[in-house]
Amino acid sequence: MSESQLHKALVAGTVAPSFSLPATPDQMVSLDDLRGAPVILAFYPADWSPVCGDQMALYNEALAEFQRSKAQLLGISVDGVWCHAAFTADRSLHFPLLADFEPKGEVARRYGVYRDKEGISDRALFVIDSAGIIRWSYVSPLGINPGADGILQALDEIGADARTAEVQS
Amino acid sequence: MNRLSVGVDSGDHIAGPRSAAVTLVEYGDYECPYCGEAYPILKAVQQAMGSDLCFVFRNFPLAQMHPHAVHAADFAEMAAAEGKFWEAHDLLYENQQALSDNDLRRYGKLLGIHPAAVERAFDGRFDQKIEDDFRSGLRSGVNGTPSFFINGMRYDGPLDVDSLIAVLREVHAR
Repeated sequence: MSESQLHKALVAGTVAPSFSLPATPDQMVSLDDLRGAPVILAFYPADWSPVCGDQMALYNEALAEFQRSKAQLLGISVDGVWCHAAFTADRSLHFPLLADFEPKGEVARRYGVYRDKEGISDRALFVIDSAGIIRWSYVSPLGINPGADGILQALDEIGADARTAEVQS
Repeated sequence: MNRLSVGVDSGDHIAGPRSAAVTLVEYGDYECPYCGEAYPILKAVQQAMGSDLCFVFRNFPLAQMHPHAVHAADFAEMAAAEGKFWEAHDLLYENQQALSDNDLRRYGKLLGIHPAAVERAFDGRFDQKIEDDFRSGLRSGVNGTPSFFINGMRYDGPLDVDSLIAVLREVHAR
């Protein structure tokens, strides 16, 4: 991975670019519709590759923990909806996988995590707060499952800020 | 480098003296084949380190992937309440291909545990303990099983007997 690829991902403080992507052949998910609660975007290179499976499987098991922060998890890769459907069924996933398929990798590009050479996205995480601001981002080496600790810490901080704001208002 | 988010305490399953200079924590899943591969290695490491090592097992069942993992964990927690955690832990890892509820009932008999206690184990009474373990793992950066922490620091090195003993001895000598 080149240095430029490592450092171009959108950073904390940036407004999360809007997008609307298919989750199934007949269902679209729009980031704007999820305003009001935190969103976790998990870009990953591809369905079926072993490490991805482990990462998505881990997040599948961590859903209850994410839901404590009322956060919605979205997986995103350049795979198409039918591929996602088969992968979701095979792994019993309980969260949406979005197809960044046409134009290919457009959303990954907007978040600065598209790998032109390979035609896939980085393994990248973004935690977005309820106002649509990126609060934490992380690009993992392609072959390494980044775990959930960074996401949980970012969600804790968002929750703590929200509580402080409530006390002050 | 990831750190263990929750320190070892009396609620943990511990083999070896708590006062040992080296503590090795495993996050494991009874149905995970990689944990199964690690099991005899860890046994050999424990044998070699003797009282210099405190070994701790925490639950990290990947329930959606491994349909028997949670009941196996329930069974081990129930055995812990009977003072037989490590016997159960070992039986489960030595019989990873046979973890149905009927198999677990059979292991209960082998361990001399009353059948009613085995049945009660499946009613959700150990959910909290298992979830607490799982959450502490997530917070510690556990990204799969098995994951290991040596004196609270994540260990991602090789998992063969010689390498593990070398690392643990080195930590011990510090």
